[in-house]
Order: sequence, then C-alpha cells, then structure tokens
Amino acid sequence: MESIFSLVLAKANYAVYIILMMVGLYAMIAKNNLIKKIVGMTIFQTAIILFYVSIGYKRGATIPILEHHASPETVAHGAEKMAAHAMDAVDVAHYINPLPHVLMLTAIVVGVATLGVALALAIKVYNTYGTVEEDEINQQLRSG
Amino acid sequence: MKILGKLTILLCGVLLLVFTMEFPDWGDPDSPASTHLSPYFIQHTMEDTAVPNIVTSVLADYRGYDTMFETTVILTAGLACFLLLRIERKKVPHRYYRHEPTGVTLRMEGDKFPRNSAVFQRMDANWVPYDFVISRTCRLIIPFIQIFALYVVAHGHHSPGGGFQGGVLMGASVILFAISHSLRAAIKSFSEKTAALLSVTGVFIYAGTGALCLIFGEVFLNYSALAPLFGNDRIMARSHGILMVEIGVAVAVTAVMIWIYYNLSSAGKQDEGL
Amino acid sequence: MTRHLPALIIVIPLLAALFTAGSGWINQKAPFRIAVAALFLSFICAVLMLIQVVTTGIAMEYRMAGWAGPMGIVYIIDHLSALVLVVITAVSTLNLVAQKKSIRTEFNDKEGAFNALYILFTAGLIGMTATGDAFNLYVLLEIVSLSGYALIGLGNSRAPLASLNYLFLGTIGATFYLLGVGYLYIATGTLNMAELAIIIPQNMESGLILFAFIICLTGLFVKMAMFPVHGWLPEAYSQATSVSAGLIAPLTTKVTVYIMIRICMTVFTPEYTFGHLDISGFIVLLAIVTIVFGSLSALAQKNVKKMLTYIIIAEVGYMVGGFFLGNRLGISGAILHIINDAAMTLALFLAAGIFIWKTGGESRSDLKGLFAKMPFTMAGFVLAGLSVVGVPPTCGFFSKWYLISGGIQAGNFLFVAALIFSSLVNAVLFFRLFEIAFFEPFADADSHGSSHGSHTHVGALTIKEAPLGMLIPFLIASLTLIVLGLYSGTIVTNIIQFAIPTGVI
Repeated sequence: MESIFSLVLAKANYAVYIILMMVGLYAMIAKNNLIKKIVGMTIFQTAIILFYVSIGYKRGATIPILEHHASPETVAHGAEKMAAHAMDAVDVAHYINPLPHVLMLTAIVVGVATLGVALALAIKVYNTYGTVEEDEINQQLRSG
Repeated sequence: MKILGKLTILLCGVLLLVFTMEFPDWGDPDSPASTHLSPYFIQHTMEDTAVPNIVTSVLADYRGYDTMFETTVILTAGLACFLLLRIERKKVPHRYYRHEPTGVTLRMEGDKFPRNSAVFQRMDANWVPYDFVISRTCRLIIPFIQIFALYVVAHGHHSPGGGFQGGVLMGASVILFAISHSLRAAIKSFSEKTAALLSVTGVFIYAGTGALCLIFGEVFLNYSALAPLFGNDRIMARSHGILMVEIGVAVAVTAVMIWIYYNLSSAGKQDEGL
Repeated sequence: MTRHLPALIIVIPLLAALFTAGSGWINQKAPFRIAVAALFLSFICAVLMLIQVVTTGIAMEYRMAGWAGPMGIVYIIDHLSALVLVVITAVSTLNLVAQKKSIRTEFNDKEGAFNALYILFTAGLIGMTATGDAFNLYVLLEIVSLSGYALIGLGNSRAPLASLNYLFLGTIGATFYLLGVGYLYIATGTLNMAELAIIIPQNMESGLILFAFIICLTGLFVKMAMFPVHGWLPEAYSQATSVSAGLIAPLTTKVTVYIMIRICMTVFTPEYTFGHLDISGFIVLLAIVTIVFGSLSALAQKNVKKMLTYIIIAEVGYMVGGFFLGNRLGISGAILHIINDAAMTLALFLAAGIFIWKTGGESRSDLKGLFAKMPFTMAGFVLAGLSVVGVPPTCGFFSKWYLISGGIQAGNFLFVAALIFSSLVNAVLFFRLFEIAFFEPFADADSHGSSHGSHTHVGALTIKEAPLGMLIPFLIASLTLIVLGLYSGTIVTNIIQFAIPTGVI
C-alpha cells in the first residue's frame, strides 16, 4: 500500500495533466456551442504543453540560464573571457532540461495560431447561420 | 452522444493513467530525457554560441529551423484570418454621429457625412460612453509597455526573453490602444497594410538570414558563415545571428498579433471594433 | 550546388510565399506568377534530388544550422522521400497552372494572400517529407493543417462549418501525434528519427514505447481519415473551391500515409512494428472496413465531388491495409499507390473542376451529354476512371496487383476480397457516370433549337471545350496515369526496392 501510494505521488503531476487533457477533449466532443468547443481545444493543447514542461524538471535545479558572476575583468574582456570562464564545470544537474521549454514555445505559438483561425471560422459560421449552437445549425441545414 | 463521449474519454483517460506508471519520477535528474541529449546543450552553449540563456541558444541556433517554421505558422494564421474574414465595405448604409455639446445622437444615411467636424463625433453601433480615466491611463502606460517589449527582445541572450515574448508585448500595447480608444484610431496610427507588410518582413528577416548563410557558402541557417559580415570570430557571429533572427521574430509576431486582432474584432469589416 | 538542394527545395517556396503575400498589396498580377515560378523551381529541385539519390544509391543528409545528429535538425532525402517530393511538387504546380481562371474569378482582391497560403501549404508538405526530426514534423504538419483550414473555409456557404469540423478533428490528430512524440522523448531522450531507430530496438519491452506507437498512429489515422474518424473528409473536400480541393485532396491523405510509413518503418523499425507488436491484423481489419465503407458510401452519392471524396477514403484503406500486411509486396504496393493515387485524384478533381466550370452544377445529372460537347476532357476523365477501377495499362492496375499479391502472400484473403469488391463498386460508379455523359443529350439552352430535328445527330452540336489553360494540365495529368502504369516496374525495382529495409521479406 505504501509503495503504491508513493508511486502515485511521485508521478502525480502527470496524472493531473492527463485529467486536464481529458476535460479539454470532453469539451471538444460533447459540448454543443462552437465557442465552448474551441475553449476545450485550447484546454487540451495547454494540458499537453504543461505535460511536456514537467518532463524537464529536476529537483533542486534552477532555470536554464547559465549563471555568470559578473566581475570587472569578465565585463571588460568580453566574450572570449566569458567562454573561457564557462568552460570550467557547468553542473548539468544544476539546470533544468531546456529542450522541453524550447519545444513548448513552438507548441504555444501553434496553439495561438490555431485558436485565431478557429475563431475566424466561427465568425464566418455565425455570419452565415446567425447562431453558434450546433444543434440549431444542424436544424437549419436539414430544413434549408 | 454524450454518453458515448463520456465513455470514450473515460477509457482514454484510464489508458493514459495506467501508462504513467512507467514514467520516470517527477524531478528525477537521471531520466533518459535529462541525460541523453540535454547535457550537451547545457555544457556547450557558451563555447558554441556565447549565449548564456540555453533556451534561446537552442531555440534560435541548434533548432533554429523549427523556430523559422514557427514564425511561418503565425504568419499563416494572420494570412488565414485575413483571407477568411476581410471584406471591403465601400458603401455603408448608415452611420451614427453624436453631437458633443447637446449629447444628441444622429443617424445619417447615404453619403453625406460631416468629416472632421469639431462638434460631431463618429460612434460605433454598440457605443459605450467615452471614459476619460481609461483612455488617459492607457495613453500613459503604453509607451512604457513598448520600451519593456524592446528590452525583452534585446535581452533574450542573458535573461528570460526573446523574440516571441517581446513581440507579443509590443502587439499587446497596440491592442490596448485599440481597446481603450477606438479601433479606427488604432487603424489610423498602425494601418492594416503596415501590419501585413511588417509581418512578411519579419519572416523575411529570419529566412533571409538563413539564405544569406547559404550564399556565404555554409549550410542554411549556419550563422557562423556571417563572421566576415559582422567582423568577428565564428562564435560571436552565432550570437549576433541569434539576435538578428530574434528581431525578425519579434517584428513578425507584433504585426501578426495586431493584424489578427483587427480582423477578428471587427469581423473583417474594420470599421467598428470592440 | 547540389549539396544545398534539400535546403533550396524549402527555402525557395518559403521566400516566394513571403514575396507573394507582400506583392499582393501592390500589384494583383504578380502573386500568381511568383507562385508558379517558385513551385516549378522546387519541382526541378525534387527531380534533381531523385536522380542523385537513385544514381548514387545513398541518402542525402543535410544538417540545418550546421549541427549534426540529435543536437540539431537533420534533413534526410532517401529513395522514399525523393519520390514523394517529386509527386508533391508536380501535383501542386499542375493544379495551380490549371486553375488560374478560377483563382482570378473567385479571389479577386485577395490573390496575394491566397497564393501565399497555397505555397505555404506545399512548402509544409515538402518539409514534412524531407525532415528527419520528429518534432519538426509536428510543426510542419501544423502549417499544412492551418493553411488547409483556411483554403477549405473559403468555399460556399457550408464551407466554414465543414472547415471548423475539420479543424477540431485535425487538431485532435496533430495533438495526439505530439503526445506520442512526448512519450518517445520521455522514454529515449531524443527527437532525431535516426537515433530513435537505434534506441527503440534495445527497449522493445517498454510499455512507454508501445503506447507512444499507439498514440502516434491514432493521431495519424485521424489525419488521414480512416474509419471511424473519417467524418471530416467528405464535407470538407466537397465544399471547398475547386482549386483548394485540387490541391488538398490529392496530397494531404497521401502524405499522411507516407508519414505513417516513415514512422512505422524508419523510427519504429520493421522488427518492432511487424514482429514484436501483434497489432497488424487489427489494423488490416480496420482498413478493410474503411475500404468497404468508402466504396458503399460512394455508391449512394448523387454529388460527383462527394462521390470522389468517398473514393479517397477507400483508397486510404488500400494503402494502410497494404502496408500493414507486412511483406515486401504489400509495402511496395502501398508506396506505389501513394504515387498513383495522388495522380489519379489530381486528374479526377481537375476534371470535376472543369465540369463545374462548364455546367455550374455538381450532381451526376449535370454530366449529361458531355462526351459530345467536350471530348478531350471526357477522354481524360475516362482514363482517370479506368485507373481508379484498375484496368491495365493505367497505373491503378499495377498498384492493385501488388496489393493483391501481397495479400495472397500474407494469407489475408479478406483483404484481397475487399480489394476486388471495391474495384467492382468503382466500376459500377464510373460506368454509370460514363453512361450519363455519353448517352444522355446535352442539356443546355442553346441546344434546344437544334435538338428538335436532330436527336441522333450528335455532330450537330458544336464542340465547346474547356479553355486550353485548364485543358492542357488536365491532359498532362491523365496521360501521366498511363506513363506511370507503363513504368511501374522500373519505379518498383529502381526506387521502391531500396526504400524498404532489407529485413522485410
């Protein structure tokens, strides 16, 4: 029992993001209003982004920007000196994994772009049918 | 339909949760994700690119090709919104004007509009009373937001920041102007044509830098080829190349954010906004 | 110069798209010309790369930004990618040239933005085919999807709703693919396809890799419209304008099938996909259901374009089923069918575009008497129809032959039966159309006067063909079907043989 509990707790973050993902997916499938579907899509994509970012976390580590202790000679001598200084022992476990952050910058932008296009299409649907409720639109399609 | 949806979601969720048992623990520094590829980036970013911010160096140099397409994605979204929504309204049926001294609202039909009149102010169909506090406060804040945006773009090398973040801030400043005043005032100061051409220019700066590297004989997007252009060694050329593409990204993101806002908030007509 | 071809084939369309979007604000004629020039140049690049890969026999590797292997993004052009690149650029160029008139009439003042989205769509497909990095594939997939949504949403009044449905399902598919890549990254720590192919065979028992495979495959199935997630395709493709449909229909599903082949064969090696996993039987069953469903639904349609979209669904079933048979014949059939199906679908949709331009309507009965009025167009349409049915010497026959042989060798006779059933249904479909076009009199206002005394004098009707700008690319597309058919053997032995890893029998 103890081991199962500690097992679940160690991976609790993944469980949270999966629940969030399923909430978004449910909204996309089951909701009637087009705008609510779009909001569900955004929740779904955001959950994936959080999931990826949580992969890179290391306990006790700091943000992935190399700490350089500014001293007069480093500032004066420019980049070559900085490169030489940085050569000595950058502790990998001191910085979190930067790659998921990079990937998710891209995913965030893609999500925003999809949201923009989805809203533009929803505006067009509203202009054509006068409503954004899917059952009313289906009714108009069936009769008209 | 809803029952079927709930069942599918439940099944999917349970499957996903079951497989999380195989994941490495949260925060484990020995997971394959943290030990296979990332140590190279963390250890070698200074000697390869002279940029301490590892995220920026990976984003704009090691995986710079991805970022170019990310900027293209945002340009595609701007073009798509424009293509889908934009309609020219040459003939308007009627407009609303408000007589300032008396507060009387007029509805003028046809073509006879009092242009640039001192006492008549053009109104939107969903008009809200002109709020002095909001518009003056926003006018005070917007320049500071823009300076901060430029700071974020320029300091992407040494602190969290970069092209995307700064571009969104800059775009937000113009959108704030459009919300607090009126859409027409914002379009007059930052027209749609400017936004469209700037967005294309931003992506062109990025792709053009890469093509420039190609012309200089190296592989596409290999910034060290630009060393003779900048006049220093190959490593610093990478750092400057990263700055150039970040500027391109910032310009593109700014312009596209504003362009999408113009098209979405006015449903393409661009005469009355939020 | 040839060293930089893998970069040039993407950079030229990308820069051209930027110039097109910019020049659209200044001059209305320039965007189209820039677009055609850029796409034709990338077609030349693709052909040059194919020649180089076939003659030297080794894949071209291009390191973007100068970084090798998993550190940077690598582009790998091997036999399979080079072949699909030629197909993509050829279809895209032909369609743009053929539909010049429709673009002029439908998008009068937004030509810059439209041509820019057209080129970006093609550039995204080119990048998806050539890339060697799993995450780069996702970004390019999203470019293709976004421009696709916009291009489809521009049609008639029902198009925005169809495009919105396509958007929802397409986003689910792409996000599932991204989740699968995330699982792979957690399990292995790398995103490079070549490196994944080395690490995965060492961890075959891992449940993470199994789940990553399932999720990636589910995402791709949503994007290629397999049963039961095919719901977006018929509405989306039939409501789009003829120029958008002519670009998107031949390419999207086929390139997604190519990605599936690339992921299942190159990333998850054949030993894993066919040997270790026991999923192939189930997927072939799913493909059989797709084929039968697509064929039967196509029978029930009165609208010509909708009928064609259901045929596309059935063709996807051919390719997926053929691939998951697991033997060399089946996989060759699937890859050959990618090329053939792209050509066939292009020809069919160009023909549909010409019919709609001519008669203004989309239903079956609008095809009356077109054999006499537009003989060249109908000849091309007959060729395309026979190719879908699978009559030699058109290309459709040869890919079906490989698929059937693969099915017989694998012992999966249900798949063979489904293929034959689908061919019969296609025959019924197309011969019904030919009958309407040949035997019924042409229903037009200016023929009423002459039809009073000349029921049997077909020669009294003047031949009024489609304009040359539409007709010549369409005839090129139709004749390619025969050329591809005659050269099928050469293509298989010289190119496709090397695309399949040697372990597969």
